Amino acid sequence: MTGRLRVDPIDCAGHGICAELLPERVTLDDWGYPIVDGRPIDGELLAHAKRAAAACPALALRLERGRE
Amino acid sequence: MTLIDIPRTVAQLLAPAPDLATHLAVHGPTPAIGTALIPAAHAADVRGRGGAGFPTARKLAAVAAAAAGRRATVVVANGTEGEPLSGKDKALLTLSPHLVLDGLDAAAGAVGATRRIVCIERGNRAVGAAVAAALAERGDPGVEVVTTPRRYVAGQETALVDLIDGGAGRPTLRRPSERGVGGRATLVDNVETLAHLALVARHGPEVALPALVTVGGAVTRPGVQEVATGEPLAAVLDRAGARRPRAVLVGGYSGRWVPAATALRLRLDPASLAAAGTGMGCGAIAVVDDDSCAVVELARVAEWFARSSAGQCGACTWGLRDMADATGAVHAGTRAPAAPADIRRWAAMVRGRGACKLPDGAAGFLGSGIDVFAEEAAEHQAGRCRRADAGLLPVPTPEAFR
Repeated sequence: MTGRLRVDPIDCAGHGICAELLPERVTLDDWGYPIVDGRPIDGELLAHAKRAAAACPALALRLERGRE
Repeated sequence: MTLIDIPRTVAQLLAPAPDLATHLAVHGPTPAIGTALIPAAHAADVRGRGGAGFPTARKLAAVAAAAAGRRATVVVANGTEGEPLSGKDKALLTLSPHLVLDGLDAAAGAVGATRRIVCIERGNRAVGAAVAAALAERGDPGVEVVTTPRRYVAGQETALVDLIDGGAGRPTLRRPSERGVGGRATLVDNVETLAHLALVARHGPEVALPALVTVGGAVTRPGVQEVATGEPLAAVLDRAGARRPRAVLVGGYSGRWVPAATALRLRLDPASLAAAGTGMGCGAIAVVDDDSCAVVELARVAEWFARSSAGQCGACTWGLRDMADATGAVHAGTRAPAAPADIRRWAAMVRGRGACKLPDGAAGFLGSGIDVFAEEAAEHQAGRCRRADAGLLPVPTPEAFR
């Protein structure tokens, strides 16, 4: 299974937890909001991505399933 | 808004025909061609004239697919024109409202819409009166008119859907073609785009489609022009009476600055403009000349961008504010040596990070402006700019968000 991360820019409140949990795919901009790498995620990183999405207090980070 | 007389070689959008009799004399009736409009729009390469330039046939097809699934659909004519430089939609709605309404009906017929809505900006009496008179003359009670707040992002298609459904008129992430007005698949098209659809329904896909542009800034004859696709930008600037252009803003505040030497070689077609890193956008064009200060214009428009943010998305809320402050610092010549580099970096950082395209617009305008006017920016930073503030670019005060 693969997934892709997407952030809802309206719901996102810039808590920044995603960048702590998944620095491989999420960096913060100059104002503390996440810049999300939308490339497919698989393997070991997928579990971390799931955890990051689940940990978002604003429910703004979503892991969308790939169709493969 | 003045209209510039030009030789008419193409179908006319701006032939004055505010009343139904004149409209029918000029254009004839628009036949009801139903779903045949979709392939015709594709063949005629009708593109969104509100700014996005998206192929209209694809939007029509997406909404028509929902109707084919026996779901009710909605068509919205976007005549809000919140872009401060642009006057072409107001001119079109005032001079030829029936052509827009014909296009609205043709689009509704193509996508099987059961609701038709015209959106215009609040407080514009001439446009409101022209639309109301045209609707009364048509004896068609089925078209709703919705007035929108006077702020740029309220005209964004998802914001219109939000407003029509009782919201504050802020952009959302819902795609109108999937979930629009009342949750129904909704086609939102700019009023000029709808006029193009009317011409295609009337004359067929071979019709030569004109485009409306608005020229402002350092010109002696500012106003709306009807041009042929592919016309040289130099001819358009000539008609507007451009005096010694230094750089040209192509595509309105969401467009890009192009140095005059490049601009004078451009043609008004998507390929030529794309090669210069810009596009038709909403068709607004502004000239800055040698005598006028460009950086003060950049600073004012940057401030307008920051104030136009709905404050929903972090990168837009804070990024556009920082970009405006940095541009203001460059203009004021305060000790901010890093400001131009900051503006470039932030322009790249905010692009694509909003629910709507406001941050992308600011990024294009300021990112290109700080490069095209780099020499003048350096003069400001050294306290040496001697050019006058000519007030070339208009900046209305946006209505506050509730």
